[in-house]
Amino acid sequence: MELLKLSDSGLYCEIGNFFIDPWRPVDRALITHAHSDHARPGSRSYLCQADSAPIMRLRLGEDARIETTSYGETTTINGVSVSFHPAGHIMGSAQIRVEYKGEVFVVSGDYKTDPDPTCLPFEPVVCHTFISESTFGLPVYQWPESKRVFSEINRWWCANRDQGKTSILFVYSLGKAQRVLLGIDASIGAIHTHGAVENINEIYRESGVTLPVTHRVSGERKDDWRGALILAPPSAHQSAWVKKFGSVSTGFASGWMRIRGARRRRSVDRGFVLSDHADWRGLNSAIEGSGAATVLLTHGYTSAMVRNLTEKGLDARTLATEYAADENGGE
Amino acid sequence: MRLDQTNKTTEKVDALVSYFKVADSADAAWAIYFLCGKKPRRLVKTSLLRTWAAEVAGMSDWLFAECYDSVGDLAETIALILPESERSLDMPLHLVVGEKLLRLRSLSESEIRASILTSWDEMDAGQRFIFNKLLTGAFRVGVSQSLVTRALGKVASLEPQVIAHRLMGHWEATPDFYRALIAEKTDDTDRSRPYPFYLAHPLEGQLANLGEPSDWSAEWKWDGIRAQLVRRQADTYIWSRGEELVTEQFPELALAARSLPDGTVIDGEIICWSEGRVMPFSTLQRRLGRKRVGKTLLKEAPVAMMAYDLIEFAGEDIREKPFESRRALLRQITAGGFFQDIFMVSPSLDFASWEELVDLRQGSRDRAEGAVEGLMLKRLQSPYRVGRQRGDWWKWKVDPYSIDAVLVYAQRGHGRRASLYSDYTFAVWEEDKLVPFAKAYSGLTDEEIRQVDAFVKRNTLERFGPVRVVKPELVFELAFEGIQESNRHKSGIAVRFPRMSRWRKDKPAQEANSLAEVKALISEA
Repeated sequence: MELLKLSDSGLYCEIGNFFIDPWRPVDRALITHAHSDHARPGSRSYLCQADSAPIMRLRLGEDARIETTSYGETTTINGVSVSFHPAGHIMGSAQIRVEYKGEVFVVSGDYKTDPDPTCLPFEPVVCHTFISESTFGLPVYQWPESKRVFSEINRWWCANRDQGKTSILFVYSLGKAQRVLLGIDASIGAIHTHGAVENINEIYRESGVTLPVTHRVSGERKDDWRGALILAPPSAHQSAWVKKFGSVSTGFASGWMRIRGARRRRSVDRGFVLSDHADWRGLNSAIEGSGAATVLLTHGYTSAMVRNLTEKGLDARTLATEYAADENGGE
Repeated sequence: MRLDQTNKTTEKVDALVSYFKVADSADAAWAIYFLCGKKPRRLVKTSLLRTWAAEVAGMSDWLFAECYDSVGDLAETIALILPESERSLDMPLHLVVGEKLLRLRSLSESEIRASILTSWDEMDAGQRFIFNKLLTGAFRVGVSQSLVTRALGKVASLEPQVIAHRLMGHWEATPDFYRALIAEKTDDTDRSRPYPFYLAHPLEGQLANLGEPSDWSAEWKWDGIRAQLVRRQADTYIWSRGEELVTEQFPELALAARSLPDGTVIDGEIICWSEGRVMPFSTLQRRLGRKRVGKTLLKEAPVAMMAYDLIEFAGEDIREKPFESRRALLRQITAGGFFQDIFMVSPSLDFASWEELVDLRQGSRDRAEGAVEGLMLKRLQSPYRVGRQRGDWWKWKVDPYSIDAVLVYAQRGHGRRASLYSDYTFAVWEEDKLVPFAKAYSGLTDEEIRQVDAFVKRNTLERFGPVRVVKPELVFELAFEGIQESNRHKSGIAVRFPRMSRWRKDKPAQEANSLAEVKALISEA
């Protein structure tokens, strides 16, 4: 019997009778991280890394039964050993290691190998079978150094400020927004946030991450937005919400911005290449670092990854999961 | 690169203005050349470019193909996969063009390879992208020619129309050309130069909104090739709307034009014409894109020009005169039966009321085997304008044909749609089998394309290279302009300008049309 296999509801461990990141309600769900395509509502109980729990609670409701574990701590579920290890994706994100009778599977969830001050760095975990995401699994996705990207954002914000314009930067509200806040130069001007972003900021602050001062954009108050930076989720783009800011320049921070067509489709003035996922090199180095002989690829450019790994002599296959890997899904 | 950092038109114009204000004339000339979509003839085979880029990136061919398929733009794909660069090239544009592009023509294949690899090595990512665009002759950066003329108009303090006219026809990207382009006055020595075409807008709203029928002229909308015929100093030049010189493709027109007075420019439609009748567009198609026209073809597909406007008369630009007067002059110079069956004035239609015009339009599809696509409405008092300006010229096409068809194959798009499955093949039923019969790319909103893209990704049955075979489930209403039998197509039919007019979410695939129903349209036509 395979230790982990795909069922209609998600990745299933029959021996331990639990699921990892299921897309349908189940009895027991182990969650790699709190993004909505991985942590879905309705399951009877959840197990996640401790830093993930407050965000899960915000999104799944106060009633959700959530147990937590720390990085590296081993939990035994029906004889199967389970432990969580840093994935470097967002705060509390984890790869989940599953071991039974000496056979080891690791489920990556989403991960990145680039540095991020809001979470612990990705930790290679040795295993026999590595189940990896492949959102950006093509060589055209090569991330520039994040330091360079942040100084681009700073320059863009300064130039807009000097022209009396408001800068609106679209970022995923969980993870990316906080990483940007810690990366940019907050002394350039005031920073305002969309409610969806500010809700997560509050949780990060309570968890001990020191973010710069941000102001929640409220319906009533008439602020002077000129020169300010506004952080908002992509869904706010071209909604009535952005109209109140007057003369604006818009930007979008995402790995998809590496491609010009994606930038133009978004109809933003600037695209900044900043991703919380691994790029092609990151994916391949993580796979190599796992030492796995079998690699199963989930959401993204799976076919290119599979063929490339097969040519390297690995047993690589696609797993048809239902995690979002397009521009409309969360990063 | 400021052009690529804004989505707003006025800022694009500003960026161009500030560039041209400080640019060296030699650089400016080349910048305009490329911005207007002109390209040097092919400098290097794109297949070689692909191979070399994949080699430098240490990548197999199939992986390069996957990348290209996802990005949708060859120049960009290459720029994205090359190893990161620490260098940046500081060289004026005209030197880049001379040293790194045009010089390639005098080199052997291995020298070309060495030169391009050196160039990539010297450039940063943004420069590589533009260099590759120029190399592949596909430099388009979301800047239309009208933005360029607006910007140059500002720089030179001239009307954009003046700039547009000076940019027509053939010119070399030299400093002298640029100086003449922005000069207040210029002794215009280019006798081949055509005028910018005035283009009609599709009619919107009610006819009654146009005012009195007596203020308007109506004529058939001929389904041919829009062209301008220039006769100056005993020479003839025929220009297509794409500003290509097509004189040699239409020798019979060039010959007849010898009898036109010097200093004449006629705007009209080239059609195939035999025994007093228009022939179908497919006949005209046989004449297009040929360097030489053989005797048989001249006999089987003779062309003529349906003239509808006169824009230069006796060497004088008469675009400001009212349409009515221009037409009178046009009739005058083509009068006397001399130009019969070769230069004809497109007849003005008689109508006393808008209702009569509606009837005329209804009848137009039956005319001349589809060689008429509807009506043109022109205001009698209007000048000959530049480009697509609303208000004076309207095209009022006959309703297109439409068919409900099932989406069967999808492929990724290009440019703005790169990486989205936006190019589709549609099929209709033949008993219980679906027969592909048309491809369509346009008509859906961005949001709809995203939805179809998501469907394609979840419902792929098979993949053949870049093409995905999808579950036959989605039904679209396709509109098209014409339909003909064709033995080159598996379905036995060919349609013109197919596009998606509506997503029939209400229809299951079983209720799409059948091939027999599509074929029935042919006899209707």
